Amino acid sequence: MGTLNILVGVCLIYVAFLFLVAFAAERAALEGKGAWLRSPLIYTLSLSIYCTAWTFYGAVGYAARSGLEYLTIYIGPSLVMIGWWWLLRKLVRIGRSQRITSIADLISSRYGKSNLLAVGVTVLAVIGTTPYIALQLQSVTVSFDVFSSAYGAELTDAAQGSNALLVAAGLALFTIIFGTRNLDVNERHHGVVMAVAVEAIVKLLALTAVGIFVVWGLAGGVGDTLARIDASEIGQWQMRGDRWATLIFLSGAAFLCLPRMFQVMVVENEDEDHLRTASWAFPAYLMVMSLFVVPIAVVGLDLLPPGSNPDFFVLTVPLATGNDALAMLSFLGGFSSATSMVIVAALALSTMVSNHIVMPIWLSTQSGGASVSGDVRHVVLLSRRISIAAVVFLGYLYFRLSGGGTALASIGLVSFAGVAQFLPVLVGGIFWRGATRTGAFVGLSVGFVIWAYTLLLPSFGAGTLVSESMLANGPLGLGWLRPQAFFGISGMDPLVHAIFWSILLNTMSFFVASLVGFPSPLERLQGAQFVNVYEHSSTPQSWGGSLAQTEDLMVMAQRIIGAREAQNLFEREAKRQGMSGLLPEPSPDFLQRLERELAGSVGAATAHAMIGQIVGGASVSVEDLMAVADETAQMMEYSSKLEAKSEEQARTARQLRQANEKLTLISEQKDSFLSQVSHELRTPMTSIRAFSEILRDSDRLTENEKIKYSSIIHDEALRLTRLLDDLLDLSVLESGRVNLNMQSGSLKGILDHAVSSALTGAGADKMRVVRNDQQEDLMLHTDLDRLSQVFINLIGNAQKYCDATAPKLRIEVGRANAALVVDFIDNGSGIPKTEQAVIFEKFSRTGEQKVKGAGLGLAICREIMTRLEGSVEYLPGQGGAAFRVTLPEQVAMAAQ
Amino acid sequence: MGKNVLVIEDEPNIIEAISFILSRDGWSVATHSNGHDAVGVVQEAMPDLVILDVMLPGKTGYDILRELRSEDATQGLPVLMLTAKGQVKDREMAERAGASRFMTKPFSNAEVLNAVRELVAG
Amino acid sequence: MNAKHTIPFLERQSYRRRRLIDTIRTLPVIGGVLWAVPLLWRQSESADVVMTSDAIIYIFSVWLLLVVGGGWFARSLKRSDAEETERER
Repeated sequence: MGTLNILVGVCLIYVAFLFLVAFAAERAALEGKGAWLRSPLIYTLSLSIYCTAWTFYGAVGYAARSGLEYLTIYIGPSLVMIGWWWLLRKLVRIGRSQRITSIADLISSRYGKSNLLAVGVTVLAVIGTTPYIALQLQSVTVSFDVFSSAYGAELTDAAQGSNALLVAAGLALFTIIFGTRNLDVNERHHGVVMAVAVEAIVKLLALTAVGIFVVWGLAGGVGDTLARIDASEIGQWQMRGDRWATLIFLSGAAFLCLPRMFQVMVVENEDEDHLRTASWAFPAYLMVMSLFVVPIAVVGLDLLPPGSNPDFFVLTVPLATGNDALAMLSFLGGFSSATSMVIVAALALSTMVSNHIVMPIWLSTQSGGASVSGDVRHVVLLSRRISIAAVVFLGYLYFRLSGGGTALASIGLVSFAGVAQFLPVLVGGIFWRGATRTGAFVGLSVGFVIWAYTLLLPSFGAGTLVSESMLANGPLGLGWLRPQAFFGISGMDPLVHAIFWSILLNTMSFFVASLVGFPSPLERLQGAQFVNVYEHSSTPQSWGGSLAQTEDLMVMAQRIIGAREAQNLFEREAKRQGMSGLLPEPSPDFLQRLERELAGSVGAATAHAMIGQIVGGASVSVEDLMAVADETAQMMEYSSKLEAKSEEQARTARQLRQANEKLTLISEQKDSFLSQVSHELRTPMTSIRAFSEILRDSDRLTENEKIKYSSIIHDEALRLTRLLDDLLDLSVLESGRVNLNMQSGSLKGILDHAVSSALTGAGADKMRVVRNDQQEDLMLHTDLDRLSQVFINLIGNAQKYCDATAPKLRIEVGRANAALVVDFIDNGSGIPKTEQAVIFEKFSRTGEQKVKGAGLGLAICREIMTRLEGSVEYLPGQGGAAFRVTLPEQVAMAAQ
Repeated sequence: MGKNVLVIEDEPNIIEAISFILSRDGWSVATHSNGHDAVGVVQEAMPDLVILDVMLPGKTGYDILRELRSEDATQGLPVLMLTAKGQVKDREMAERAGASRFMTKPFSNAEVLNAVRELVAG
Repeated sequence: MNAKHTIPFLERQSYRRRRLIDTIRTLPVIGGVLWAVPLLWRQSESADVVMTSDAIIYIFSVWLLLVVGGGWFARSLKRSDAEETERER
């Protein structure tokens, strides 16, 4: 019993260690120190979730029963990896360039962003994966059971059940914490991948350790081991050729199509180049994993009493020889295999369920559409979390209901065969442009129906879900439809039979239905993008965005990928288009990129629909254009290139027009500069002259009147001085003859000073300022007085112009595109779009001149920021008026 | 005399000064400080004279004046325009809009008083 | 844009690289063929049967060959890519 307690303790420590590893990885990634986290080695190791508990424990049992057939399960993936140049490279490239989030997303994207197809693939993936998760839970509880019975403590069924529930709950928790920490546009989860990589090492070590112990400790060396193998009951080569070939094909196909493999291989892929290393390193991993399987099986058969379950030889052989520590390591290996599989599978499935089922339903219940609904990020995260819990719980439920018997053990290959049905659609989609949505739908349906009919249902045993008479005579006496002997071809191995017919008919119906049907324009565009992913030529566009309101898009994008990320994206795009400011032209190019970014968070079909809501009917017009275009694919591409070009010209023209308008505006302002100065000077002078004349000419003034009038004169004189100061300041700044007084100081201190100086006076108690001390904890090296002047001006403006009933100013500090940014965002009604372009010009004041000022403040701010090598800009789409002060990175760095 | 003058101007100190000068001379002075509804205010108050600033929030003095001139009731109303922009084209604009008199800020108090007296008498 | 269509004669480096990619493409085919050899082995009923130990040695030798070959060619490709980068893009 003492050993058992130690086992529990070791398990808990191990789990805590995994949490720690994942947490540290997330942290390192967040701080930008995560380069080593994303090495090709980690990528290779993360692929090892292919080796689940089914392979860790089951391979030995498999070998004990069927000789070398277990090798097929490793040979298939090895061939796929070795042949990376053919398929994986393209898959990863497509996944990265289209920001694919799951295999369902890939298939749906390829076939015209069809959500129906995505839902279908998701449902099938859940059906195929749930038993597999159940299998992992079973392996953990049974291995625990094996351990405890070795120490004479039989576990009750109830105890087994609660063990499984505990494990399931723990795994769901882990996945939720590290899988949905934030909504990453790239769908990458450093913590999860790191933990999986660690577990990969543990299971490799464990199996190798047991193998070395068996070969050199028990069997007496390599030569003796080989002799023992030949003398055993699996000593002679006996293999059905059809099974050998079919299983190699099947495991290779499943390796590509399993949702969890797709997750680590494509979605979590950081760098296409990692594939180069994994292409040989992962087969090497598989080779080592399978190297000691036969020796362990043979020694186990020799050593243990007849009738022992060979599935757990990896555990029972060390236990029977009294090697507890090794047994414990082996237990941890199995535990690792099971947990890493469940974590990644739950992550992959939850992404699919959330993006393709929950989000579309939620969106359709939001009557106003994406642009007016609330914060989508929370909804996405919540639905991810619930999906994870649901997927893991479903696995647990399956485990409990199926009773954990042998039916479960055989589910591994059945599950493989199920997901392998994605293969024709997947491969066809990335190599054949003629593949259509209808074809994909028909092929998948046919494949899955045959799979379920010939393999899944009979796998529960004759007489449970499929009656014996049906197995023997076919449904309704139709002999040619017997589940295990289609068309009267009997005598085939049931597994081979099922795979042969399901894949064959799946492929054929996919092919024929694709040939017969006619794809929609969107499908054809996507098809071209997928098949020709290596050609970086300007790709056909799916959006004509002249109708789109960039600001609306910004509002939406901020809700989905987060404010900072959205602003960065928009700013980058604006720069790419050669424009200043934060709002790029809604060019088709930009819209497509935006759609891909959003697709990373909510899936391609949903992102397409969301942008569609804002851009309106523009996509229809492109589709119409495309439909009118010539039938052949070449002609279609040609015309779309033409279209892209004319779009380009139109954009250039728009930019030119915009630049011209701005020039005209500025020159008009230059013209009226003198007149403006005159006006600004004459106004206070009028009061001064009038009241000084009054004071001079009237002798019947009361003392109070005298004081009042002279103080007006005084105030107006001050106003004149201020104006002259501002003018001088501006002219000095503009001429560039300014001397900067470089100092170091904390950002917090500068903001403190700015807030207190700006808010003295009448309105001080009215404006609420919201700040974040942590963000502001930064040292700066720059001209602090000038920077403070800018801050005072912006805060003062907010106080003057914010028209909310409870005025509030948020000051946010952060980093964007390698620069330090300070945002001042108030909750007023903001500045109308038409005026955003001119507020930084001299003497411009927004619409209603409720408040008097010369209108030089922002112009001075802009000049100062230019001198400080930063900028100040209006930040659109924030609700109220918002200004962003950007400082170069080195200003913050230099002081550290 | 006791005649009514309406001052439309958005600088409080200038309003104060004009009010003081005129009321000392026996005028009763009403004031208004934005351009939006200035036309309506004039029509309602029907003063004997309007002193109108050019740069007003909401609507410029020129626009207000043009509107007043297009209405029968206020077509002949004496209007003294004040502007802080002293260029020739500003004077022309004012004349074209129908100003009875045009005056550049800063003005002398006596000048304003004289202008008001002349416009109301004449 | 696409070198394949516009440049009929490749420089020596590009030519080497293409042949290297051909080799990488061939590897899985070689692996598939070698691993299909067990299909030809006689079943246990007949005399002259293949022993499991020999089968293990054969299959794992193929594996090792593929891993070493794959690793070697992938590395050479990276080297050739590094020299090629400017020309390609």
